Amino acid sequence: MQKFDAFTGNLAVATAMKQINPDVCAAYPITPSTEIMMIFADFVSNGEVNTELVTVESEHSAMSACIGASLAGGRVMTATSSAGLAYMWELLSVASGLRCSMVLTCVNRALSAPLNIHCDHSDAMGAKDTGWIQIFSENAQEAYDNVIQAVKITEHKDVRLPVMVCVDGFIISHSYEKMQYMEDKEVRDFIGEFNPYRSLLNVEKPETFGAMVLPNYYMEFKRQVREGMEKARRVILDVGNEFGSRFGRYYGYFENYMLDDAEIVFVVMSSAAGTVKHVVKNLRDRGIKAGVLKPRVFRPFPAREIAEALKNSKVICVLDRAETFGAEGGPLYLEIKAALQTAKSSATIISRIFGLGQRDFLPVHVENIYKEMAGYFETGNIKMFDYVNVRD
Amino acid sequence: MEGKLVLNFKELAERYEKEAEKFTRGHRLCAGCGAPIALRHMFMAAYPDNVVVSNATGCVEVSSTLYPYTSWRVPYIHTAFENAAATISGVEAMYKSLKKQGKINKDIKFIAVGGDGGTYDIGFQALSGAMERRHNILYICYNNEAYMNTGIQRSSATPFGAATTTAPAGKKVPGKLQHRKDLTAIIAEHRPDYVAQASISNPRDFMTKVRRALDKSGPSFINVLAPCPRGWQHPSELTVEMAQIAVDTCIWPLYEVDEGYHWKVNYIPKEKRPVKDWLEKQGRFKHLFSPKYEGLVEEIQKYVDREWEILLKKAEVFA
Repeated sequence: MQKFDAFTGNLAVATAMKQINPDVCAAYPITPSTEIMMIFADFVSNGEVNTELVTVESEHSAMSACIGASLAGGRVMTATSSAGLAYMWELLSVASGLRCSMVLTCVNRALSAPLNIHCDHSDAMGAKDTGWIQIFSENAQEAYDNVIQAVKITEHKDVRLPVMVCVDGFIISHSYEKMQYMEDKEVRDFIGEFNPYRSLLNVEKPETFGAMVLPNYYMEFKRQVREGMEKARRVILDVGNEFGSRFGRYYGYFENYMLDDAEIVFVVMSSAAGTVKHVVKNLRDRGIKAGVLKPRVFRPFPAREIAEALKNSKVICVLDRAETFGAEGGPLYLEIKAALQTAKSSATIISRIFGLGQRDFLPVHVENIYKEMAGYFETGNIKMFDYVNVRD
Repeated sequence: MEGKLVLNFKELAERYEKEAEKFTRGHRLCAGCGAPIALRHMFMAAYPDNVVVSNATGCVEVSSTLYPYTSWRVPYIHTAFENAAATISGVEAMYKSLKKQGKINKDIKFIAVGGDGGTYDIGFQALSGAMERRHNILYICYNNEAYMNTGIQRSSATPFGAATTTAPAGKKVPGKLQHRKDLTAIIAEHRPDYVAQASISNPRDFMTKVRRALDKSGPSFINVLAPCPRGWQHPSELTVEMAQIAVDTCIWPLYEVDEGYHWKVNYIPKEKRPVKDWLEKQGRFKHLFSPKYEGLVEEIQKYVDREWEILLKKAEVFA
């Protein structure tokens, strides 16, 4: 039986964590993800969960403790943002390389300098190549649903890779919205019991985790991470379908919005997708063939499926809330462009960087980009790369 | 008495046969390395407990886990350099959680092992945090007084005057210009259940300390001196002797701090040997005996005397 209530993104994630009831959480406070652990600490203090909460002295130790706990054979979760994820970075590839099952909620926030506590995706994008599965959420509902699905994905025997659920800082983490949630038992039935593949606590059969591997074997280890990532593709879809059949909300790799016959297409992740959909609906009302593709799963990147979905597109604007200084465009842009190159698409693909450090991204900015894209049909000219809503 | 380890020679021999082999032969540590001596004694003392080990990156780690081989016959985890204490915190937390939930019923002890670089310096924060959170863990630092794994760079455990590759003895500079950080005392100030300084030259003392530490229900820390023939530049057959002279000169006193407050010196030499006896046997101090750096040996002697006096005073006042 599902109920509706008002949730912030952080409350949604903390509620999912309570229902999941992980064995160990190790975390360190950082804005804007701090609140998740504050709320969760209340659940621990009141005996509503069995979790051992390890309040470590840094994010580096948070991830180290999570890795140790995961390999000791239980369910592990944590949360962080920005500099916290950057400080964990060394251990992110250790977590994937040691095939740890764990779920990290990354409440997305800009990186310093200059210091900024607000939303962008530079933290998660800095971790995109560390062997973590990355799932982005548009709102509190998706954050809640994604965290619950992430448990099943990370623990699947074919995957055994850590999962990062991304939630936009403040825009989602601190805004109240109406959300549907399940009963604890429904969540626990969905995720099931965790059966560790192997455990450090198995003293009868001692194993060495984290050996030194020289050039003669190193590549095989990394290829296994890639294989886990490849197998995750099917698992993510299966889990999204099972979630949908149980709870009515289906999830895939991405969401199509008015995309089928769209010639002018925006590709955008997370909360900004709502703003873009709003503008695109108005464009459709005016008879313009516009659409939106909102990637949900960034790693593994669903290149083939996205290229198929974009096959009728003529002009595509990829909106990135993160920079890739010195590259042709933002990180999502580069993925999309590579996907369409493989599919031999003839679409024109432009890159727009928006919302760094949570700069406003309003319908008017989307409309302005639309005008540029429409103009391209007449003039054949368009800026391939630009910043949105920035001073000259 | 808690933590008492009295073994006759026969029992010691038996434990050596069975338990020391939990860190087994075939590892690639140098001839004369002090670290495996400490590890094998550690396992002899840990018997009959189940043990899980977390190891910082360093000589022991790279030499004992070269895939597809391992020297460890206990569950072992290495994740990175600076986080052996944080990693074992997570393992211990999972153990506590599963035990609380009735999903595991055996008793297990948790030991972190790191060199002085991974303990005094880059791993200091993680160690301090783990001690403060009072995990039921034992952290053992095998202290060879420099970053030996990366090629003998100075650490905050390197003594004054020692030549290392990042603080070499030159025409103007006599090696390291700073005295070492007193990590054992710093950890003692965290008031864990048990803290000790030990040496591979005194295995019974070290093993008793490991036993005492494992019998506690909270955090403990042992700093064990483990000379490095490469870094210290002494013949490899003199490793144990170098450790012994460090103890006899009071450069490396054997002491313990029980339950946070009770300081006890475990070994007071009848006659304190001069520091010169230790310094002159090591190539890393050779320059101290050249006319250019005259007077530095006396300075080191004064420093060691003062530190020894302070320790005796602490043990007298906080018995």
